[in-house]
Amino acid sequence: MSYSENKIRELEEKAKIIRRHIIKMLTIAGSGHPGGSLSAADIMTCLYFSKMRHNPKDPKWQDRDRFIMSKGHACPVVYACLAESGYFPVDELWTLRKIGSRLQGHPDMVKTPGVEMSTGSLGQGLAVGNGMALAARLDRKNYRVYVMLGDGEIEEGEVWEAAMAAAHYKLDNVCAILDHNGLQIDGPNKEVMNPEPLEEKWRAFGWNVINIDGHNIGEILRALDEAETVKGKPTIIIAKTIKGKGVSFMENVVDFHGKAPTPEEGERALKELE
Amino acid sequence: MEIATRDAYGKALAKLGEINPDVVVLDADLSKSTKTIEFARKFPERFFNLGVAEANMIGTAAGLATCGKIPFASTFAVFAAGRAYDQIRMCVCYPRTNVKIGATHAGLSVGEDGASHQGNEDIALMRALPNMTVIVPADGIETEKAVFASAEFTGPVYLRLGRPKLPVIFDQTYKFEIGRGVQLRDGEDLTIIACGLMVHEALKASAELEKEGVKARVINMSTVKPVDEKLIIKCARETGAIVTAEEHMVTGGLGDAVAEVAGSNYPVPLKRIGLTGFGESGSPDELLEKYGLTAKSIVKASKEAMRLKR
Repeated sequence: MSYSENKIRELEEKAKIIRRHIIKMLTIAGSGHPGGSLSAADIMTCLYFSKMRHNPKDPKWQDRDRFIMSKGHACPVVYACLAESGYFPVDELWTLRKIGSRLQGHPDMVKTPGVEMSTGSLGQGLAVGNGMALAARLDRKNYRVYVMLGDGEIEEGEVWEAAMAAAHYKLDNVCAILDHNGLQIDGPNKEVMNPEPLEEKWRAFGWNVINIDGHNIGEILRALDEAETVKGKPTIIIAKTIKGKGVSFMENVVDFHGKAPTPEEGERALKELE
Repeated sequence: MEIATRDAYGKALAKLGEINPDVVVLDADLSKSTKTIEFARKFPERFFNLGVAEANMIGTAAGLATCGKIPFASTFAVFAAGRAYDQIRMCVCYPRTNVKIGATHAGLSVGEDGASHQGNEDIALMRALPNMTVIVPADGIETEKAVFASAEFTGPVYLRLGRPKLPVIFDQTYKFEIGRGVQLRDGEDLTIIACGLMVHEALKASAELEKEGVKARVINMSTVKPVDEKLIIKCARETGAIVTAEEHMVTGGLGDAVAEVAGSNYPVPLKRIGLTGFGESGSPDELLEKYGLTAKSIVKASKEAMRLKR
């Protein structure tokens, strides 16, 4: 499928709104994880506002595509997409991390409509996605399962257990997306625990691999479509991204992995995202 | 008739699979030992072997559960509760997904495989998790009924099963209910509360004590969580002393569950029979004898508890 310039521009605008929500909710919350939320914003926008079949009026619709944010700390981008989609009011975003809020510091599928699995302890989302994909097969449903992984997260062994299982069971309805921003809490991946060669690793595990620029809407859309055409094996989209993307003073700054903007920083960031 | 609770589990799953198409079974390369192989043979499309990857198995089970399936995930207790603890906490208990964990080879009676394979801490681990129900059946009949009851129940269940063959205590008329303890012998001098394999020892101990004129009530407390508080309080009030017996560490298991309830509601002298350290290789009978999981130990503890009565 080819996408018109209009459609791409529309999604780029939407991604900007998502980024603004992320900055605003984290600034108000006073804590949380901006870096990995901003790096995933374009991919998430493409999923929620173009690719995925879902119904905010009926979050439990049985035929919906499923999305799991395996790197749960990036939930601000999920909440922003859910609110913009209409799962709950945008104003609720400003309750993030506050006591009594439906928007927990890490995703809680019981509390938040539209969240498919509670995550936060890293490395667990892909296995869960495999389970959903197996259920689709048993029920002869054609929904797809999207799982977003962090590039620090894939240091967890369970990711590779699940990677092996997805290929073993030929789960072509599973599409993993690696938000490859290159940074984790203690520094660059390559210094903390070198994940390379990424592509070869996933291929060796039996996956179809698509490499893209994770901030190019057209590339993201085409990769998501291509993944759907590959049969007999799962696909991973390795999306090269920039941590903190969209806010100049956050881009590639490792400290913004888990540090919320101050009110002044928040204001500056929102100006940049106008 | 003798049957291991793991065997009864395997047979029950195969039966359950016939009446409930939503039931799926997962294993981590131990289906011949956990006995899920019977289900696998009958319903190959609903059986998933995840290989030697217990964490992955629990996560996969949680995913299946979110789509309306009723997964029974099986491996040895030591790996289920230990290896996959975080996955059980995060993907099963926290979101309350409808996952059933069939943990076989629990306790010292694993035998020759030794301490590495003897899951003696699993009740404590699982009991600590919010939203988890912990069931330790005492025989084959109760196992089958517990499997069916778990499938009916919505929410996480940890079924603790054993390797060795055990005599059958119940008959098919037995009505198993999650959260309800059952009196197997009456008595007014003290109460022995046991679960799993130790229920059999408790019955022997009660018979021994009777010879000496002591009437010991025996309770099969198969649901360790939520434990039958009413029954514990009633026994404390009516018999004035309690002995607990379990094939598990004395910390965190049935003994502590009973002590917590009695201590907070109706304190009476209480002795706990259980393990205090790691086991070793040996035959199940030798091990149970050496580590004091016997009727003899229960008799001794019963007398001590009675001496403490005021």
